[in-house]
Amino acid sequence: MDGDGSPSPAGPAGPGRPDHKGGSRGRPAHGILSGLSSRARYLVRRAEHTPPPPGPFRPGFWRSPLRGPWLTSVFGLVLLIGIPLMFVTGMLSYASYNPDLGRLNDQTPDKGALGFYLFAWPTHPYWLYRLTQGVHVTLGVVLVPVLLAKLWSVIPKLFAWPPARGLAHALERLSLLLLVGGVIFEFVTGILNIQLFYVFPGSFYTLHFYGAWVFIAAFAVHVCLKLGRMVSALRSRSLTAELRTSLAHTRPEPPDPDGLVPAGPAPPTMTRRGVLAMVGGGSLLLLLVTAGQSIGGLLRGTALLAPRGREPGSGPNGFQINKTAASVGVTPARVGPGWRLEIHGAGPAHVFTRAQLLAMPQHTASLPIACVEGWSTPDQLWSGLRLADLAALAGLPDAGSVLVESVQPPGPYASVLLRGNQIRDPRSLLALRVNGADLSLDHGYPARVIVPANPGVNNTKWVHRLTFRR
Amino acid sequence: MGRFVRWYGSGPLHLLVLIASFALTGYAMVRLFALRPLGVVIWFVGAAVVHDLILLPLYSLADRSAQAVLRHRATRMPHPPWINHLRVPAFLSGVLLLVWFPLVFALSRPYPGATGLSIDVYLGRWLAITAVLFLASAVAFAVRLRRLRRAHRAGGERPAPDHGAGP
Repeated sequence: MDGDGSPSPAGPAGPGRPDHKGGSRGRPAHGILSGLSSRARYLVRRAEHTPPPPGPFRPGFWRSPLRGPWLTSVFGLVLLIGIPLMFVTGMLSYASYNPDLGRLNDQTPDKGALGFYLFAWPTHPYWLYRLTQGVHVTLGVVLVPVLLAKLWSVIPKLFAWPPARGLAHALERLSLLLLVGGVIFEFVTGILNIQLFYVFPGSFYTLHFYGAWVFIAAFAVHVCLKLGRMVSALRSRSLTAELRTSLAHTRPEPPDPDGLVPAGPAPPTMTRRGVLAMVGGGSLLLLLVTAGQSIGGLLRGTALLAPRGREPGSGPNGFQINKTAASVGVTPARVGPGWRLEIHGAGPAHVFTRAQLLAMPQHTASLPIACVEGWSTPDQLWSGLRLADLAALAGLPDAGSVLVESVQPPGPYASVLLRGNQIRDPRSLLALRVNGADLSLDHGYPARVIVPANPGVNNTKWVHRLTFRR
Repeated sequence: MGRFVRWYGSGPLHLLVLIASFALTGYAMVRLFALRPLGVVIWFVGAAVVHDLILLPLYSLADRSAQAVLRHRATRMPHPPWINHLRVPAFLSGVLLLVWFPLVFALSRPYPGATGLSIDVYLGRWLAITAVLFLASAVAFAVRLRRLRRAHRAGGERPAPDHGAGP
């Protein structure tokens, strides 16, 4: 099962080797394969007898007395729990946009089989997206020190000599390039995106989604090949004993077949307890300066370095703004007295002024705004018209979807599709007011959509047209 | 089977798992590279290269240099291991910067306009956190040093050098 063990047993291998089974050996294809394989083995043997180049390829180069399978496995175990959780919450976030509903919602129209699991995103519990995306982003930030420590602990393997000990080893190393390149690519694109630092080559959704699949394919292989070794390495030392070991008693782990333990270790300057505390401390510190942006209230101020650690204002409209009106080109003139709401459906279109909408029966819902960037607000008290009532008004009480269009100039999320289950939830509103005041321009005045568990950008602001569809 | 293992270098299951993985990789990669293949390849491979061949060697070198340059000359008085009092706050401050550098260095142009928040607070906040981390580490070191020397004077003999090097 493992290409990382000792090199294939040497021996007189090749086309002329006696064969116990006999019979079918004479086929030409087999002959070519055998020829290739003997040639490959010859190259490997030659590489094995070539001394490694100087520097990091030499066994004596890596000297940290703490590197070893146990320490690597501790970090590996944390990532083995954390990364699947990030993958699942990420895939849920992808599903939450309802990309299968139509091209408007779909940043990745050529996803093909990768969208196999898509389902109608629910509206219950109403804090679902707030939780899953808060976990996805906060966990990603918190895992950065663990990821760095894991990569540090296995760095000697990058300089293994010979570079490939055979086909199995070569393929496994290719997969490791995808694993390391993939995990850093995913972390970097995610972390840059939440800071609105859009320097990556293309749309974030496309890169982060397809990148996740490239990464998870390599991750699955890595788990298959290394799980057994991780378990036995974890069993080789007791965590509680390690946490009590002082510097004077810190010794390197016994030599391992992977060569993580250095051949000539330097004297330790840190205990294993110290390394775990430092890495864990890094994660804890990142949690402290980040998590508040997903919790809100008084804790928001603790998110000292997170993008949404401060409120943009005070009063009823003082909560987080995803994109201000000015930043997406919505001017007060576009939503002035001339603004009308159009409702299309089965019959003739209905057109309303804001005053007419306010004169209709108003409903309230206490709902948060939760962004793909991981931040969210506590529940805000919205009031306005139920989408279900507007669907009935349009003559389509059982509408399968609604196209929501904003006055904002064409661009990402200027219009989105909502699904039938979202229309029919009684808490789904076309909100006109929030927390007892009119919506501010930055929060979508004159009217905006708010739907439970919906990702923030799908709660369209500055709505001017609703088109209900069967 | 033995023949396959000799030819391939591992069991057939190893090969099957890898082929299945590469098939999925290929399927996703075609889509990942669809629009700007060169840019994405540079980012994907560059991610591994920048970490493995630049970031890791740099911080290792910084650690070694700190130990070499700041090595204590032999003094009469004993001192506790000091490198971790530098290493730990530097690591903590470093990971904060590594994660939040676009905000700390105000590199994100859309940020102020989109969020209605100022981006200028982050550099000061990061510096303040860094100062607190190093200050706390220095205080911890001073306390240990004081205890150690007091014990040294009281006992009149060399105390054990080991007080744990963990943070």
